[in-house]
Amino acid sequence: MSIELRNVSKRFGEVVAVNNVSFAVREGELMALLGPSGGGKTTVLRMIAGLEMPTSGDVLIGGKRVNDVSVQQRNIGFVFQNYALFNNMTVARNIAFGLKIKKWRRADIQARIAELLELFGLQGLESRYPHQLSGGQRQRVAIARALAPKPSVLLLDEPFGAVDAKIRQELREWLVTLHHDLNVTTVFVTHDQEEAMEVANRIVIFSRGNLEQVGSPREVYEQPANEFVARFIGVMNVLEPVVKDGVARVGELEFPAPGQPDGQKLRIGFRPYAVQISSDLTQYRYRAVLRHTFFLGVLLRVELELPSGLIVRARMTKEEYAHQGLEEGCEVSFQIRQYRVLAREEAPLQPEQELPYTPPPILGENI
Amino acid sequence: MAGTLRKNWRGHREASQRGTEEPPLIKWLLIGAALSFCVVFLLLPLANVFAQALAKGWAFYWKSLAHPDSRAAIRLTLTVAAISVPLNVVFGLAAAWAIAKFQFRGKSLLITLIDLPFSVSPVVAGLMFLVLFGLQGYLGEWLQDHNLRVIFALPGIVLATVFITFPFVARELIPVMEATGTEQEQAALTLGASGWQTFWHVTLPSVKWGLLYGIILCNARAMGEFGAVSVVSGHITGQTDTMPLRVEKLYNEYNAAGAFAVASLLALLALFTLAIKTFLEWRQSREFARARTAGRG
Repeated sequence: MSIELRNVSKRFGEVVAVNNVSFAVREGELMALLGPSGGGKTTVLRMIAGLEMPTSGDVLIGGKRVNDVSVQQRNIGFVFQNYALFNNMTVARNIAFGLKIKKWRRADIQARIAELLELFGLQGLESRYPHQLSGGQRQRVAIARALAPKPSVLLLDEPFGAVDAKIRQELREWLVTLHHDLNVTTVFVTHDQEEAMEVANRIVIFSRGNLEQVGSPREVYEQPANEFVARFIGVMNVLEPVVKDGVARVGELEFPAPGQPDGQKLRIGFRPYAVQISSDLTQYRYRAVLRHTFFLGVLLRVELELPSGLIVRARMTKEEYAHQGLEEGCEVSFQIRQYRVLAREEAPLQPEQELPYTPPPILGENI
Repeated sequence: MAGTLRKNWRGHREASQRGTEEPPLIKWLLIGAALSFCVVFLLLPLANVFAQALAKGWAFYWKSLAHPDSRAAIRLTLTVAAISVPLNVVFGLAAAWAIAKFQFRGKSLLITLIDLPFSVSPVVAGLMFLVLFGLQGYLGEWLQDHNLRVIFALPGIVLATVFITFPFVARELIPVMEATGTEQEQAALTLGASGWQTFWHVTLPSVKWGLLYGIILCNARAMGEFGAVSVVSGHITGQTDTMPLRVEKLYNEYNAAGAFAVASLLALLALFTLAIKTFLEWRQSREFARARTAGRG
């Protein structure tokens, strides 16, 4: 079922955990609530579940206002960060718990358990206790238990937080497949932007209790609503040049700023992929020393240090790096293709600007 | 001289297995001291209780226990325990729940209050009830007008016992409940369980060993309490004498064998408690280890 929050706020005493948040999750969608810790995303999830009551505003599930509906009556499945499996019950009894409470017939319960054990690859583990399971198995039991009574929405709090990196990757893929098969409206909380980008259909980004942006992974990456989103989703170089004679300068870098008064400070942001690097010193306008190379798999991140000491982060493929014969400590030329003028953190961003190709200055000339 | 001493010392060090271990001489001295202390102050007196009880033979032992006044004392002790232990179980569960699962103002004050019976002398505790409910006490007149007997009767003994055994269950449950946290209960709620179902199926099973441990300690103390009960009971033979009071009375009447016969029952209770306590501690430590591995994920 669809979920909607309308002007929802939550205060804990003096602390505003969630500030006037509105967004909607469509039926069957896989939605991520993303933000740094303390951003209010878990509180939002718990308000959808009914484990917390909003201080003001409305929560709707399936178009019906559920503010006054107790957690038991909301028909949600909730997966806790540390799974919260019942330690004194076997896997089968954990899964059966919600069904017994809802007074299913014994035969139906057995059938449902068998169905879920198979769906979650837990056959043969039904009489184990939680402490006899691996982290990944525990998580699958937790999700199976939450899904057993056929909830209308599935809510997961940091579902991949408590397992190690390798299992985390498997679980991500598995959750996407599961969601695809079951098509139940799913909302999960994460602080890991990569995880949100990879798993979710759409992402809601929170910071300090405020909703910063809602959009598909592509939208929030390519059209971030503000500087916070831009910096939180992926890496961004941020510089603060000062305008002089219609040009904003910082170190060696120059950005056109026609019509801006002298002495005005600008904030400029550009993504690492907007930086083009060449080992040919005559190809691009700026020169720098390649200080560090970080291997991220297929892609590499490199740190360039300009003569003025300015650091610029860039990204390139492994092949390109090898093809150009780059290595740490070598000198390169580079240019910046696109950038944005940033305003204050929460203000909307202006569209991206293209920088024309500027040939490098003739060697020896002073600029 | 100093050189040989040092050499000897080093020799001992080499003989011990680990670098941090004491030399064997010191180790055995410490173990010996601890053991002989236990024998002299714990084991010998305990054995002596049984020896004295049987000094005049089994027949006298049974006769002492079967004496109507002794039987009355045993019955009263069992009654008092049967009332005060359940009361403290309910109270202990409620208090431990409140302390472990909620944040509220005055929480540390409540924890301190729970410990109060540990820090107050039992005699003072008994006197408190005397001041409240005694004939010259604040409520004494009102109670007498309504023909209610508290002091020198069963209610007074129960009140004093409940007060003294107040902390046992709560004290055992608080750390267990704090360790399990509230997530399992919340999970039960999201699965549709009512508060009562959650308590019955999730909370209670997760604390059962801690609870049992608290109950047997509470029971042992309830049956063995002397000071507070002595003040409020009035020592009416065959009516308000509990087992410990009966032991004292028999002893004061120069019936040492009779006194020790009743005392041997209390000693048996102590041994029984100790055995269950050891078993429960073992179970609980296993449970704790499980909870920890489960939490680590």
